[in-house]
Amino acid sequence: MESSELKRSKDSVNSCESARRSSFPDEVLERVLSLLKSHRDRSSVSLVCKDWYNAERWSRTHVFIGNCYSVSPEIVARRFPRIRSVTLKGKPRFSDFNLVPENWGADIHAWLVVFAAKYPFLEELRLKRMAISDESLEFLAVSFPNFKALSLLSCDGFSTNGLAAIATHCKNLTELDIQENGIDDIGGSWLSCFPESFTTLEVLNFANLTSDINFDMLEKLVGRCKSMRVLKLNRSVSLEQLQRLLVNAPQLAELGTGLFSQELTIREYEELESALSNCKNMHTLSGLWDATGMYLPALYLACTHLTFLNLSYAALQSVELAKLLAHCPQLKRLWVLDSVEDKGLEAVGLNCPLLEELRVFPADPFDNEIVHGVTEAGFVAVSFGCPRLHYVLYFCRQMTNAAVATIVQNCPDFTHFRLCIMNPGQPDYLTNEPMDEAFGAVVKTCTKLQRLSVSGLLTDLTFEYIGRYAKNLETLSVAFAGRSDWGMQCVLGGCPKLRKLEIRDCPFGNAALLSGLEKYESMRSLWMSACNVTMNGCRLLAREMPRLNVEARGGMPHHLSLLSEMLGTRQTENY
Amino acid sequence: MEVGLKMGFEETELRLGLPGGGDGGEVVRKRGFSETVDLKLKLSSKQGSSGIDPNEEKMTGLTKEKNLLLSATDPAKPPAKAQVVGWPPVRSFRKNILATATQKSSSDESGGEKAAFVKVSMDGAPYLRKVDLRMYTSYHQLSDALAKMFSSFTIGNCGSQGVKDFMNESKLMDLLNSSDYVPTYEDKDGDWMLVGDVPWEMFVESCKRLRIMKGTEAIGLAPKAVEKCKKRG
Repeated sequence: MESSELKRSKDSVNSCESARRSSFPDEVLERVLSLLKSHRDRSSVSLVCKDWYNAERWSRTHVFIGNCYSVSPEIVARRFPRIRSVTLKGKPRFSDFNLVPENWGADIHAWLVVFAAKYPFLEELRLKRMAISDESLEFLAVSFPNFKALSLLSCDGFSTNGLAAIATHCKNLTELDIQENGIDDIGGSWLSCFPESFTTLEVLNFANLTSDINFDMLEKLVGRCKSMRVLKLNRSVSLEQLQRLLVNAPQLAELGTGLFSQELTIREYEELESALSNCKNMHTLSGLWDATGMYLPALYLACTHLTFLNLSYAALQSVELAKLLAHCPQLKRLWVLDSVEDKGLEAVGLNCPLLEELRVFPADPFDNEIVHGVTEAGFVAVSFGCPRLHYVLYFCRQMTNAAVATIVQNCPDFTHFRLCIMNPGQPDYLTNEPMDEAFGAVVKTCTKLQRLSVSGLLTDLTFEYIGRYAKNLETLSVAFAGRSDWGMQCVLGGCPKLRKLEIRDCPFGNAALLSGLEKYESMRSLWMSACNVTMNGCRLLAREMPRLNVEARGGMPHHLSLLSEMLGTRQTENY
Repeated sequence: MEVGLKMGFEETELRLGLPGGGDGGEVVRKRGFSETVDLKLKLSSKQGSSGIDPNEEKMTGLTKEKNLLLSATDPAKPPAKAQVVGWPPVRSFRKNILATATQKSSSDESGGEKAAFVKVSMDGAPYLRKVDLRMYTSYHQLSDALAKMFSSFTIGNCGSQGVKDFMNESKLMDLLNSSDYVPTYEDKDGDWMLVGDVPWEMFVESCKRLRIMKGTEAIGLAPKAVEKCKKRG
């Protein structure tokens, strides 16, 4: 408290003018501002006046950095002295699809070193698309005695040895969430590193690890962590083992099962069913690897209050899905594989009137021979039955302009519309026309649209529509689309709220790139690969906008990555 | 959107099933194989395709990015196209969910025996597939896998009942008289046999290749199959 009082006396001398206008004592202001959670609100607050800027920076406990190269850790630590929780995002999103070279950067270590010095009481670290080594994980584990929550999503560079260090040293750990990472899975012994006295774990997610873990240790761990509310197992945990875990943890709110396929006796089946239905708080269910019609009924009783069902690891058929959904009336979010086909999606429309989010992933994305999957009919069926739908990710092999127009007419509240017609540059299969009118309908009708991914055969008209109508659009993803620079210019000239633009394999060149100079200052990132941009264009851009971090790599395919607001210097790796 | 107007771009619905069975609505999604491959193959698409769409000629650009997974020695296979990097935008942990499922379950059961890959052809299909028979432990599993591979078909009714029907001679005759498809195989002697006659293990040992042929063409095999069965005892 001393330091804040010092600050107050110092500031009040310097800001007499604002003191006259401000009717709040600083304590009250700070107190009020400490209730603000949204980082955008806080950014707005900090711009009001100097008093508010200071009150805000002293009351902020969580910092969100959407682009790790936009600011240096030293600057963050200088501005915000009381941070307990950090969220950092690193690589461009296209790194998820192998479009970003290895060793691109986004290494967490430099941040950890600064945090260890400035935020010794750091409690939470959430990383997305960052590089983190085992050494960094060890350093983290021993440097922060109060450390509570580690969440790694789409990160790489570490192995299960790093997890062992966390389990060993973090005595107050409440959350260990290891999702979808490029992790070197050496073995499952890391789980056995939690000491026997350790009881604080509330969130444990190791669903995407492949190695077997010691089930005895897991059972004991779950048994003594009475506050556990999220448990997501990996494939190595069997149905029988799941039952044993659930019996000791009926309080679970989110469950990710292991393998959902095993020879069970009638008695074992009934025990499983009973254990599942005893989880009265369960609102999220995932895992379900290899689930088939045979054992899904064990879930029926447990699904009554389910709001999020993730079936994207279970290649269900339409009938199986329909039967399951009949028991999920409260469902708000559903992820499925396209093995359920249009018939399965019809069942979604019939059974889930409260649905807000639907994601349909392709079961066989790279097998283009003879495939099933979903068509426009499935999407249309869902739109008729689920008027509250606002988030969709839909992989399909055919679509029509008319269908999309119908869909957005039924569901005008889309905030996230991500449509992936899997064959690049494919037109409306009925009329053979481009899909321009489809996305035109989306941006005209869905005024709240924040995120859009386009696909199919698209001319510049699509981008004219986007630029003109998508007033709230923040993220745009484009591939194999457009005809000329004009398309990209439309987007950069319109879309006042655009923050992230990622483009691959489009005929946009230097003129388009350079038309967005002013725009880039307000954006977080721009990615272009396999377009018509040249090195000279990139150089010109870098010269015109010295505050931007411009990276370009030549050769085929060349790509350009633009990161805004470079206030520090980026370490140039071997790149 | 009327189902009837749809042209199923993605596959040919060649259905194996008893006449009159199956979902009526999906029949109209059939289309010829010529749409799935480069047009230079110029294969006829006479069977099964009720919807020969006048638009099919225009779909020239669409096969560009197909990735064909066939054995390199098969001359009927069109040249494999390079797959587009990072497309479709699916995270790598989501790839091959089905393949991993099959592999994992089979490796638990077969315990590391040598793989037994055989070619699988289907009448009317311009290219073949290969399956590892050791990945399965029953005709039912094989039937499921073939179903996934060659779009959906069922041997008789779905599931084990269908296989039993298949083994039942009277129903077999009904099946063979229909225009639906039945799986047959070439054994070590070079004879073409009906799948399902012999115990599974014996089948895996003796099967050299699989052919899914029209029921009407398979009629000639039945007496032979019964004969062989008697011989083998």
